[in-house]
Amino acid sequence: MSLLFVQLLSGLANAMFLFLIASGLSLIFGVTRIVNFAHGSFYMLAAYLTYSLAAALPGGPVAFYAAVLLAALLVAALGGLVEVLLLRRVYKAPELYQLLLTFALVLVTADVVRYFWGADNKTGPNAPGLAGSVPIAGQLFPSYDLAVIALGPLVALGLWLLFHRTRWGVLIRAATQDREMVAALGVDQSRLFTSVFVLGSFLAGLGGALQVPRLALTTVMDTSIIVEAFVVVVIGGMGSVWGALLASLLIGVLNAYGVLLLPKIAIVLIFVVMAVVLVVRPWGLLGRPEVRLRPPGGGAVAAARPRRLGPVWLGAGLIVLAGLPLVLPTFWMSIAVEIFAFALFAASLHLLMSEGGMVSFGHAAYFGLGAYGAAVLLQLAGLPMPAAFVAAPVVAALAAALFGYFCVRLSSIYFAMLTLAFAQIVYAVVHQWDDVTGGDNGMLSVWPPPWLATPSRYYYWALAATLVGVLLLRTVTASPFGLTLRAVRDHARRAEAVGVNIRALQWTAFVVAGFVAGIGGAIFAFLKGSVFPVYTESPMSVQPLVMVLLGGVGSPWGPLIGAAVYKLLDTVITRYTDYWQLVLGAILLVLVLSFPRGIAGMFDGRRA
Amino acid sequence: MRAPRLPSLSAAALLLVLGAGPAAAQAPIKLGDINTYSGIGAPFTGPYRVGVEMAVEEINAKGGVLGRKLEVLFRDDKAQPAEAVKHAQELVESDKVAMITGSFLSNVGLAVSDWAKQNKTMFLASEALTEALTWSKGHDHAVRIRPNTYEQGRMLADKAGKMKHVRWATIGPNYEYGKRAWETFRDRLKELKPEVQVVGEHWPTLGKIEPGPLVTAILNQHPDALYVSLFGSDWLAFVREAGKRGLFQRMFVVGILLGEPEYIDPLKLEAPEGMLVTGYPWYDVKTAGHPEWVARYIKRGDKTPVLGSLIGYVTYLSVAEAIKKAGGTETPKLVAAFKGLKVDTPMGPITFRAADGQSTMGAWVGTTKLDPKRGVGIMVNHEYVPGEKVLPTEEEAKKLRPAN
Repeated sequence: MSLLFVQLLSGLANAMFLFLIASGLSLIFGVTRIVNFAHGSFYMLAAYLTYSLAAALPGGPVAFYAAVLLAALLVAALGGLVEVLLLRRVYKAPELYQLLLTFALVLVTADVVRYFWGADNKTGPNAPGLAGSVPIAGQLFPSYDLAVIALGPLVALGLWLLFHRTRWGVLIRAATQDREMVAALGVDQSRLFTSVFVLGSFLAGLGGALQVPRLALTTVMDTSIIVEAFVVVVIGGMGSVWGALLASLLIGVLNAYGVLLLPKIAIVLIFVVMAVVLVVRPWGLLGRPEVRLRPPGGGAVAAARPRRLGPVWLGAGLIVLAGLPLVLPTFWMSIAVEIFAFALFAASLHLLMSEGGMVSFGHAAYFGLGAYGAAVLLQLAGLPMPAAFVAAPVVAALAAALFGYFCVRLSSIYFAMLTLAFAQIVYAVVHQWDDVTGGDNGMLSVWPPPWLATPSRYYYWALAATLVGVLLLRTVTASPFGLTLRAVRDHARRAEAVGVNIRALQWTAFVVAGFVAGIGGAIFAFLKGSVFPVYTESPMSVQPLVMVLLGGVGSPWGPLIGAAVYKLLDTVITRYTDYWQLVLGAILLVLVLSFPRGIAGMFDGRRA
Repeated sequence: MRAPRLPSLSAAALLLVLGAGPAAAQAPIKLGDINTYSGIGAPFTGPYRVGVEMAVEEINAKGGVLGRKLEVLFRDDKAQPAEAVKHAQELVESDKVAMITGSFLSNVGLAVSDWAKQNKTMFLASEALTEALTWSKGHDHAVRIRPNTYEQGRMLADKAGKMKHVRWATIGPNYEYGKRAWETFRDRLKELKPEVQVVGEHWPTLGKIEPGPLVTAILNQHPDALYVSLFGSDWLAFVREAGKRGLFQRMFVVGILLGEPEYIDPLKLEAPEGMLVTGYPWYDVKTAGHPEWVARYIKRGDKTPVLGSLIGYVTYLSVAEAIKKAGGTETPKLVAAFKGLKVDTPMGPITFRAADGQSTMGAWVGTTKLDPKRGVGIMVNHEYVPGEKVLPTEEEAKKLRPAN
């Protein structure tokens, strides 16, 4: 009994941290619709600031608490600056475009922290007065955790008062419901957005600062918290502070008991919970069904009908690609193949995002399953390499059919997060299923047979596969199917009214996208000669997203350009500096601010 | 089978050779080191790199190897095996390095090793600990410096087997490293002490530990002793919660790698005392040349060494010895040279075994204690256990490797 009670307390303490971070994130998304990847960076930054300030400030025991508050305030100010100086410039860009900007900020912050504080792990001071523990139910329990458990509800109460007893709070709630209407009523949106960003960042900062006495400070603490925070936000319902509280409690406590009861699935527990919640309640526990009063306005995702390139351009492009092995050194040939793989990966996501209006955060599942499909069929089923290569995308498509069936029932961010949940489940399976996948040590020696193993031959093989994939996508996009898909994207209700089976249509698109991503995965597997669980993990899902946004959502060539530019930048930068994240992030920032419709969008803009 | 190269490049190369004249014979020997220099590996690989640079400086100051200087190109694998393979390709094909060294994470080490096998390149793994690298996935083109999980687990079990503890629990990252570190320890322990029972196993996600509930769970299984294979930030966070919840008073703790300065220094005076650990008591190692090495290291960078520093240093001593013994940088010669290669290091002589390419470098086993003067935990009553003592014989090791 005492065990269960102490476990409950431990779960509650963790829940309060989740709540602090998730409530800020939820608030920012609710009002500004920005998927703020940099929220985890603010959390990390505040922790490091606290560490330094606590050591530098005078005042003995008070110094620590002053440092916590000061760090949170500094991060809040930074959040405001980021909103005013950077994000404000890209609000008019297509939906989700701000995500690319926050991704660039994540990269930059990670290296800034590494530069100033160093890469070694740090343990900060204990909280003065709360360093010890108290006996509870026959066990010792840290007094700091008790204080945190008490603080959580206070913060929740404070937020409630803010939202329900101040004019600002009323405006925020109104903006969460319908921000166009709030703007139409004469409320200064930009001020509202800035203030929301400041408050959201403050909460992230407070969460990070308060972790100092508990966790070790590392330069990867940003990415380890951000996904979990999004999960909490989505389970609770986007924009709902009470939802975030409820979901934090649920996740915190489930994790605490999960350790006792289901240690094997602890790695995916929260994603399974999220998947179940979303399938049952597609808008989260306390969220409201999204009411789209108007079709998405100025930020329309893509041109109605993609401009076609003339046969001359296509022919010229093909000749160049076919001639590359004659001039490229071996290494650059393999980089070209890597770009092919990612071009398909990104282009398949583009089909969902741009044509279908469905943004996936878990597309790596299908890329990874293409790679694993190839490896498993080659090594365990003993298929010859060409057969394994051809069958691999089918494996990915089958998984897409299964997961897509559930995903297409949801829309917008909920759709995105459910795809992420399924991708994490795939990750957990390949990570834990040692007998088949080799677990985290991966599958080795996935090489093409000798007759195909020279760089130039494999290049042509990959090029052919890429053309098949691209042609498939182009055919689908240009067909009546593709046109209907766009009709659904732009006005689902009208499309439904004229007799379109929306779900079946979107489901089909999902399967096609999974198949093409699978081709990319198979190309990648035989290029690298090995396959690992990280191919299915969330950072891998971010990559095609960044490529699509970078290249331009509105153009059919966007994802291909985005993949090439991103991979080339990455390859070249890593060669010359250890601070590649800083440089890459800075370049992405410049690109985002200069071409807010993506690189390909630049050409569209010139014509307009 | 190489693709035709840019004619202009070949021409440039030709000019370079002609223009440089006799100096061309003195062109440096290039080597490539691929490691997780950012993110999770950074705390270890930073000092590792300093060790490498120090070794290379010293070797070059003495005239280099075969009359040529050594030059190391460092590449960050970003903890991604695919990224590491990309670098291997570039280093070998574009930069023409003589061999590849490095790798911190096991899966990255395996990916590079497999690439090296396919592309007939010599690979010296420095840190990756998985046994598979030299055994089940072993081959002629890959050798490794550090004692693997099997060896370190066994060193600890040999000591723990002499103790009274019967009820054991474990906690480690849910990775092959954590699981194998435990399995080898447990199997050896049961061999030595058949009455040992396992009362709990805990496998939190690497880098995402929530230590509170785990500590409570362990406490309620009432083990006499706990075997820990956590490391990095997971270990630091675990110590804090475990300390506040009185875990260290209630059970004996054995920690693989946890006496290494990398992992014990960040804990400052919160480091638990009385743990049985493998690690590196650099302040106390008196083998010939070691104190001088420490002095040089501190003088060079104004920082005390960690195990990574020593590993980086020894890695490049080994590279230099191998090239010297091979009399050239051609891969077949290097492969042959590494078989049975002897290297004198600050920790004493080590040998790369001919049968499996595993070096005989050992580790120090000892007990942790606080050193209030330096404000960190240290190892006391330590003993250096050489690799030979815990490795299977070369005959047995051969059987662990695929026939090739």
